[in-house]
Amino acid sequence: MKPLELYLHIPFCIQKCNYCDFLSAPSCAGERKVYVESLCQKIRSYKDLAKAYHVVSIFVGGGTPSLLLSKQIEQIFEAVRETFVIDSDAEISLEANPGTVTEEKLQAYRNCGINRLSIGLQSAKDRELKRLGRIHTYEEFLWTYELARKAGFLNINVDLMSGIPLQTLADWEETLHEVARLKPEHISAYSLIVEEGTPFYERYGNGKHLEELPDEETERKMYYRTREILESYGYHRYEISNYARLGYECRHNLGYWNRTEYLGIGTGAASLIREERWNEGEIPEKLDRKAQMEETMFLGLRTMKGVSKAEFAKTYQRTMESVYGKVLEEMQKKGLLLVGEDQVCLTDAGIDVSNYVMSEFLL
Amino acid sequence: MAGIDQSKIRNFCIIAHIDHGKSTLADRIIEMTGLLTSREMQSQVLDNMELERERGITIKAQTVRIVYRAKDGEEYIFNLIDTPGHVDFNYEVSRSLAACDGAILVVDAAQGVEAQTLANVYLALDHDLDVMPVINKVDLPSADPDRVIEEIEDVIGIEAVDAPQISAKTGLNVDQVLEQIVEKIPAPTGDKEAPLKALIFDSLYDSYKGVIVFCRIKEGTVKKGTPILMMATGAKAEVVEVGYFGAGQFIPCEELSAGMVGYITASLKNVKDTRVGDTITNAQQPCKEPLPGYKKVNPMVYCGMYPADGAKYPDLRDALEKLQLNDASLQFEPETSIALGFGFRCGFLGLLHLEIIQERLEREYNLDLVTTAPGVIYKVHKTNGEVIELTNPSNLPDPSEIEYMEEPMVKAEIMVTSEFIGAIMDLCQERRGVYEGMEYIEETRAVLRYHLPLNEIIYDFFDALKSRSRGYASFDYEMDGYVQSELVKLDILINKEEVDALSFIVHEGTAYERGRKMCEKLKEEIPRQLFEIPIQAAIGSKIIARETVKAMRKDVLAKCYGGDISRKRKLLEKQKEGKKRMRQVGNVEIPQKAFMSVLKLDDK
Repeated sequence: MKPLELYLHIPFCIQKCNYCDFLSAPSCAGERKVYVESLCQKIRSYKDLAKAYHVVSIFVGGGTPSLLLSKQIEQIFEAVRETFVIDSDAEISLEANPGTVTEEKLQAYRNCGINRLSIGLQSAKDRELKRLGRIHTYEEFLWTYELARKAGFLNINVDLMSGIPLQTLADWEETLHEVARLKPEHISAYSLIVEEGTPFYERYGNGKHLEELPDEETERKMYYRTREILESYGYHRYEISNYARLGYECRHNLGYWNRTEYLGIGTGAASLIREERWNEGEIPEKLDRKAQMEETMFLGLRTMKGVSKAEFAKTYQRTMESVYGKVLEEMQKKGLLLVGEDQVCLTDAGIDVSNYVMSEFLL
Repeated sequence: MAGIDQSKIRNFCIIAHIDHGKSTLADRIIEMTGLLTSREMQSQVLDNMELERERGITIKAQTVRIVYRAKDGEEYIFNLIDTPGHVDFNYEVSRSLAACDGAILVVDAAQGVEAQTLANVYLALDHDLDVMPVINKVDLPSADPDRVIEEIEDVIGIEAVDAPQISAKTGLNVDQVLEQIVEKIPAPTGDKEAPLKALIFDSLYDSYKGVIVFCRIKEGTVKKGTPILMMATGAKAEVVEVGYFGAGQFIPCEELSAGMVGYITASLKNVKDTRVGDTITNAQQPCKEPLPGYKKVNPMVYCGMYPADGAKYPDLRDALEKLQLNDASLQFEPETSIALGFGFRCGFLGLLHLEIIQERLEREYNLDLVTTAPGVIYKVHKTNGEVIELTNPSNLPDPSEIEYMEEPMVKAEIMVTSEFIGAIMDLCQERRGVYEGMEYIEETRAVLRYHLPLNEIIYDFFDALKSRSRGYASFDYEMDGYVQSELVKLDILINKEEVDALSFIVHEGTAYERGRKMCEKLKEEIPRQLFEIPIQAAIGSKIIARETVKAMRKDVLAKCYGGDISRKRKLLEKQKEGKKRMRQVGNVEIPQKAFMSVLKLDDK
């Protein structure tokens, strides 16, 4: 049996945030009920596929999965356990947003076997939360966090966001300190991207109101400071935007970069099974060898560990040098890539311009 | 063909300002004389290049023979010789006119007389043609035929009272045009028995027949087997076939004799042997003197053309060779640019000619091109007495070796309504024009005459003219020799390295302005790279302008969404694709379009 990651998508939220272009939207109770029922049905429909796999991680993402009733989460996990073989030590995460979580829900999560909670905070500054269009205050987050600890969650992630409009470097540093002092096991620190189709795009798209956004120089400083500050609290950066205490790296997330097979269930969810990729509702696309090699490189480079030459050779029966010799050399010369005995990874300068480096690995 | 009575032949062309309906009238005449039924007609038979139809202009001269039964009961043979409609091809126009005995002047009933109307009429009168005016587009609501008739009489000085008032589009009154051709256009003259004397007014290359020469027989007779001599080029051949022009096809016949228009094939391999304007004579029994007016057409505008993909260099050469088979005025020679690799320095009659060739290379030969800024031919007088004709700025000698330089000038006539005279005068002033005079052709319209450097009108003069006159100004020019001028070579340095493909010659007085604009434009076009890139404009070792492309600080996608890597891949692919269209100069990557963007330094 091969390892498999499961992703379950819950496309509901209370209110769309100003930066969010995920598949999620406000909904009514009836819609949610119907969706959960059909999700369970879909899960069960993978009965045959499930036979070849054992599940190493589950991630319930959204939207705001914590919006669902306890009963509905239980329903979903019932379907999952009925269909899949799940490792006893599987990492099982659920995304929760402050303001939607209760003691009762947290207990239900625990009962379902959920052992990791990912809380969307974004900022410890209420004025920034407001600008982002979040529905909660920092105070409410603290309350949720405490509740989660009380309920026995020993593995908690907090999502943070830098580059928020009007945010200063000092603002960001304060948020980092505030949150790190709470000692969550994992911190995701993303920088804001103005995506098309969001309210932020209306305001900031095509270089409008540029003065309100931290400039590139500040934005990079924020990134450098993130690592410095979080390291001082005992976190290490294991992926471009992810920090963890040793042993708490998000396995599910790493699986995406290492090309572990994963099955996404729910509206628009992405899957990689055998040599095919698809988003739910779309026609699977077969990845040829070239595409697979490219992915191995540009996905693997997102992790700080990078890509192993030995693994590459084992998978593709060709040495990495024979495929990418010239790029490796050139990128190393430019100081963007570190090419070791076995591991190839980005340098700090390489992280800054990682898209440029990664694009070089397209054949 | 033998035995056709000269008095039943009419050789004529149609002249007009662009868009006044020349080609539409030609189509209607062809249709009404029954050469083609309207169902068979694809609009505008004579403009048979795809590009010509698209742009609504005639590039190559086209010719068609039509038989018309007139009201007097007699059958007449019309040879309609369509002329190119653009100033770039002025010489071809003049040769086409020389093949005619009369011209139909088409004037738009709303627009009236325009700059090219005048230029074309003068050209026709220079060739002693009888000009027969026709007022077109009388069906337009804004048509004012009476005013236009008056204008033709006042401005041009030809009688227009009985000019047919037609709509070539609907066919209204086109029958009057046909009758008037018979009445007003003189029959050809010339002695069939005299030594052969025929004017070449066009030629094209056909892969089966070789070169096909279009000619007007002025004197004598030519038929299969006649040994012929091109008097200017000295090329000799034996005639393989003679014939006349059907609609889009060649129809062989016995012989061509004085007064007729037709074609000759003689297994000639190169159109260069059959230059437009040359005289064909009988090699064994030559005429005493060639027809007057032959001149070799020389390119006026030069630019570098490079394949975007260096590996396509041989393809570009093949394509240019093929185009040249049909276009003797196109010149090219190999050149090498440090920035762009292997390519060709190409010479054109003008900017339109350049654009047409460029478009044909891209469309018909599927080539992706990088074109450098077009320039004119400068005469460089060196201190040692040598004179260089400079077509590539990179070849400019060291300033210490230069005594002085000369640049080509044009005489321009701009016709404009009075409200825009000020704006157009400003424009000409900015382009270093010297005012020569102005005449009102009617109360609200005037002709402005300027002496302008060719270099100043080859870029975007026409566009500027149109935009500053809200489309009302029309423009025509002719070459007018060389004058001494204070010219300098402006170099562009990117990351301290001179980029040869971006150098150009400019007048000293405008060098700073141009240099500044170039740097600004390049700053927009060159994407940020891993390091800071200075962009400088320099004259010799003196830097006159500078911009900086800041280093790329950040190019990182923070988040990947729930394992959906398709958008990440798309982003990377886009980046990679963008890189493919870049040229590496030193260690800077310059997008191909940057080389061309400098052609469009906005006027305002």
